[in-house]
Formats: sequence, structure tokens, C-alpha cells
Amino acid sequence: MELNQWAFVGALLSIAWLLPVAPIVLNILLAPRRKGEIKSDVYECGVETVGDTWGQIKLQYYLYAIMFLVFDVEMVFLFPWAVAYNALGMGAFLAGAVFILLLIEGLIYAWRKGALEWQ
Amino acid sequence: MELTWESLAFLIFSVLSLGGGLAVVTLRNLFHSALMLMLSLFGTAGLFVLLVAPFLAAVQVLVYIGAIAILILFAIMLTRTIMGVQTTYNSQWIGSAIAALLVFGLLLLTFTPLGDDVFDEQLSANLEEDPVDDVDYVTVEEIGIAFSTRAGFVLPFEIVSLLLTAALIGAIVVAREDEA
Amino acid sequence: MTEILIDLGFGEDLADVLAKYLGAGLLAGIFLLLPLFTIWIERKGAARFQMRVGPNRVGPYGLIQNFADVIKLLGKELIFPRNVDRLTFMLAPILMVTSVVGIVAVLPLAPTVIGTDLSIGVLYFISVSSLATIAVVMAGWGSNNKYALLGAFRTVAQLISYEIPLIFSLLIPVLLVGTMSMQGIVEFQGTYWLILYAPTAAVIFLLSNIAEIGRAPFDLIEAESELVAGFMIEYSGMAFAMFYLAEFLHAFLVAVIFAVLFLGGWQGPFAEDLPILGIVYLAAKTFFIYLVMMWVRMTLPRFRIDHLMDFNWKFLVPLSVAHLLVTGFVWRLFPDTDLSGGLFSRLVDEFPRMAVMGLSSVALGIVALSLLRQYAANQRQRILSLTTVDEEYALAITPQTTAQSSVVVVTSGD
Repeated sequence: MELNQWAFVGALLSIAWLLPVAPIVLNILLAPRRKGEIKSDVYECGVETVGDTWGQIKLQYYLYAIMFLVFDVEMVFLFPWAVAYNALGMGAFLAGAVFILLLIEGLIYAWRKGALEWQ
Repeated sequence: MELTWESLAFLIFSVLSLGGGLAVVTLRNLFHSALMLMLSLFGTAGLFVLLVAPFLAAVQVLVYIGAIAILILFAIMLTRTIMGVQTTYNSQWIGSAIAALLVFGLLLLTFTPLGDDVFDEQLSANLEEDPVDDVDYVTVEEIGIAFSTRAGFVLPFEIVSLLLTAALIGAIVVAREDEA
Repeated sequence: MTEILIDLGFGEDLADVLAKYLGAGLLAGIFLLLPLFTIWIERKGAARFQMRVGPNRVGPYGLIQNFADVIKLLGKELIFPRNVDRLTFMLAPILMVTSVVGIVAVLPLAPTVIGTDLSIGVLYFISVSSLATIAVVMAGWGSNNKYALLGAFRTVAQLISYEIPLIFSLLIPVLLVGTMSMQGIVEFQGTYWLILYAPTAAVIFLLSNIAEIGRAPFDLIEAESELVAGFMIEYSGMAFAMFYLAEFLHAFLVAVIFAVLFLGGWQGPFAEDLPILGIVYLAAKTFFIYLVMMWVRMTLPRFRIDHLMDFNWKFLVPLSVAHLLVTGFVWRLFPDTDLSGGLFSRLVDEFPRMAVMGLSSVALGIVALSLLRQYAANQRQRILSLTTVDEEYALAITPQTTAQSSVVVVTSGD
């Protein structure tokens, strides 16, 4: 039963990628193609590009990604908790509350340390 | 074994996860490797679906592809020098080949009937039956009840939160050390 | 559908699979064509907001303007700039559209019309739409352009940040209803809509979703003036159109999901008996939310990136977490209502619980907003104390300047 439901998802995902591919292929077939030295330049506001594109990024982005990862994993644990919530008593609320408050502690630490400031 | 739709899907997802894994270690471009890792993880998510563990499949996509893979991409971009390195050969391929063969042999012994004679007991799964049909599926609600009752896993549940908080604090301490 | 195919002479297994493919193709096709109309609505609406006429040349009221645009885009050259990573570059728009189209599988359009009612429907929605983040990185990296890469990183930072309040506000309907199935959530709302139980969560959900789509005021993804269109800078022709399509389809689907989760989905008088009526109700609710999103887009100026991040991490995230705790606590205080009676008795029986839940949510929202106001007032005070009179005028933040400028507006209006 459950697998049968997922068969629809499989069917959808296996054709969903064809939908954008079709117009792009049509585009390639229909549109003109003329190469040009200047045309194929990288567009950086008209100025010639300097240096390597794939350079170093700021540490800031990495920190955001780590915080997101931590929150993401927490929420994965909270989904079953939320689904089962109606079937459980006050103890479940306390369990969830402790879980969430520990997470908030981490957020407050990040806030105090200035990890949330965009630089 | 006859070809059902499930076995066809299993074949596709296996190819995705194994082929993706192979591409991760063979591609020279680190960014491409990371993308292939995502493909491999996606294949694994499909395998979870076939095992009727949809919750795990969704978690696989949400956490592994949506968060960890992004983190890996960021990490690759952070380390500028790695992007420029073209030759990453080393001379340890003999050792790694032996290690890989050993691991593969052990897996063969434990997971296939070959090992039953060696160890003199049945370790391998019985391939004649279709085990997926007899298993009681665990619903998400049952997982939730297990998380928040004392008879279940309420203490590990809280410790997970503690661990994640520690990870968050640790990451901030390490990352901001140079500025403090 | 399966029966018809079996009658046509297909085997049972094959008929089942074919029916699934036909259904999926139909659903995806319809939703992919919808943006052609929603973009028209958006352009016409935007024009009206700005006292313009909007498209009015091609067809009546410019209705087929978008079809003309599609034909034009088909004739545009697809330019590959020098040194782009071709495969990554071309896969990015495809992955973007695929991730958005994937969402339609779990949308309950009517009591019986749904792609598939997965038991983890809500989680499926988040998982599939999180794939768009990868598409953004691929586009930014594949373009071999510093602006594109920078834009992609900013975009990813925005997308992953706003996913947190989004999921937390999603947890609230899941907690109240006790299921992640979309159809189950809609059925629960036969008595009262969920927006009445948790209005603040609904607002958080809408805000963070607008940020996920990257619309004004969160449209730093595009940011023409700062990042020259961000990660899509090097795209042309249909490849660019696919990003455009994905954005508008995503916006529409967000409106549908909001209507499903908080406005009762297909629920309405006689919808149970007549499925087509359910689709009409859902369309009406969706259109209303879409209008609200348009209104927000036309009214508010763009955030600055640091404000954008602060708004998420220091306001939406704590608020949504607090909301989950408050909702969980208040919900625990009430015993389950018997929801098997007639509509009227259900409405009466459920009213106290709904009212207390709604009031607690509103109270939380008001507390949070007043804290925000106080913080903003402090910030303004701090800036005032730091600057000289000249700078005040330059910043246009003092009460006098505002008063003066409003006078100027009035006189020029005459």
C-alpha cells in the first residue's frame, strides 16, 4: 500500500525532469548559434574579469550552514514527537520542552558570541 | 528472480548510489565529487523508500542532501588551495587494493551463503523468502511515542539535543577563535 | 483510470504503472502551464499597483502576452560563456524545476483528487523543496562568474536560514492534527481552520515561504542593482526561463500549501459530495493568498542582507520556537473534543479550545512585535545620538525631515 503510493512519486520524479529539458532542447534546436569572442565573455559589469572565480569564501557562510544543520537535525527529531503528541501526556510536553530549550541555549550562545551578525 | 517493478526500482537506486559513490572517489574535481555524493545519497533515500521507511527517506534528503552536502560544498569552497590541485595521485594503491579486497571478502562471507560453511552457522539472510512482506512497519507515531516515554528512549532523546547544542557551541568556538 | 487501461488490453501491472504515469504527467503538465496565467495576473496586478496598464497589446487584456514571450524565448540563443562548467551549468535549471514540480505530488486538490496521500506528506514537501538549494549552488558555481558565485552563496545562506522558521511553523499544524498526511490535515479542518488555532504560525509560515521563493521584500536572490541578478546572471534563453518558471510555480504552490495547511484546503459547503466544488474552494483560497503575496511584493522595499539575516535568526526563529512551546502547552490543557457529531455541535464543542489556542497565539505575536518595536526605537535613538545634524538630514531619519518631506509630497501632488 505504502509502496504503491510512492510509485506515484517515482513516476512524477522520473518525468518531472523531462518537462524542463524539452523546452531547453527545443531552444537549442530553434535558436541561432553564433560564437563571438566578446559574447562568450563572462559578464561582470563590462569589466574584464580578473583572477580566479573559484576563490575562497567567507567563514560566515560556513557558520550559518552549521547552525542550519544543527537545527535541521533537531527538527527531524521533533517531527515524530509532534505526530505522537496527541497520544501522549504532559510528560511528552516536558520531554519536548527540555529538548527545545537545550536548542535555544545554543542559539543564545551563538547570539551572545556575535555569530549571528552578518559581516 | 522475476523482474517486478520493485526490483527494477531497486536496480535503479542501487546503480545511483553505487555509481555515485564510485564517481565521488574517481572524479578529479572536488565540486563534481560533492555533487555525485548527493546523487549517491539520493539513491540511498530511494532504497529507504523501497524498505518502507519513508520517514528515513525524507530525513535522508532533508538532512544529508539539504544540509550536510551543502556544508561539504561550503567546506570545499573554504579551502581555496584544494580547488586548484589537479593531481591527487599517491603511491598507496597497492595497500588500498589489498584492504578493499579483504573488506569485500569479509562482506561476501557474512552476507552470502558462502560463509555459512566456514562459520558453521547461518549468518546470511534467507534469499528464498521476501523479508519485506513480513516485517511490521514502524510508523512515525510509534517513533514519536518511543522518543517521549520513559519506557522508550526519552533520555537518549534529550542527550541528542545536548549533543547538538555542544556541536553548535563547539563550531562557533572553533570558527571564531581567530577573531577573539 | 486503471480499469479503462485494463479494458484497452493492457496487463494489470502495466495498466497500474501507466495510469500512474498518465496521472503524474497530467498533474505536472497542468501545474507547469499555470505560471503562464499567474505571471499574467502578476504583471497585470503589478501594473495596477503602480498605476500602469500592464500588458494590453497581445490578445484581449494582453492575455496571450506570455505565450508570445515563450515563443520569443525559444528563439533566443542559449549562450555558454567561456569556461563554464557545461554540465553543471545546464543541470541547475533542470534540477530547480524538478524540485518544484515534485511538490505537486502531495497537494490535496479535492477529497478524492490528490496525487498521492503520503503518510509523511508535510516532510516530503520540505525535503523536495530543499533540493532547490543545490540547484542554486550548481548554477552559481557552474557559471564561472564571481557575481554568480557570490549571489549563489548569499542565496543559499538565505534559503537555509529561512527554512528553520518554516519548518518550526509547519510543526504546529502537525502537532495539532497528529499526522503529517496532507489529506489528514485538511480533514481535521472540517470544523475550524487551523489559522484560527495558530494565526501567528500562519504568518511566520507565509513570511518564511516568501523568503524561500525569493520574492520582495526578500528578493536578494535577484538583487539586480547589487549582484546583477545573482546566480542566474549568465543564463539566457530557455535556461533562464526555467528559473523564472520555477520561481513563479513555487510561489503558486506555496499559496496552495498555505491554503491547505491553514485555510482548510478543499473544505467548504458540500465539498465532500462534489469534488469539483472542493477544487473551486481551494482555488479561491489559493488566489486570495497569492494576492496577499503580490500585495506584499508591491508594497515593501528590499531588505538589506544583514537585516534579512537578523530578522530571521533574531526574530522569526525564536518566535517560531516559542510558538511551538506555547501551542504544545495550551493544547495539552484541553481534552480531545468528540468530533463525530454534526457540524453545529462540533462547532460549539470545539469553540473554547479553538478560542484559547488562537488567543494565546495572537498574544505571543503581540508580545514579539512589541519587543521588536522597542528594539527598533532603541536602534533609532542610538543612531540619532551618534550622528551630527548634517548626517541626520542625509539619513532622513529625524521626525522633522519626515514631516518636511511629506509636506513636499502634498504640495507637489497639487
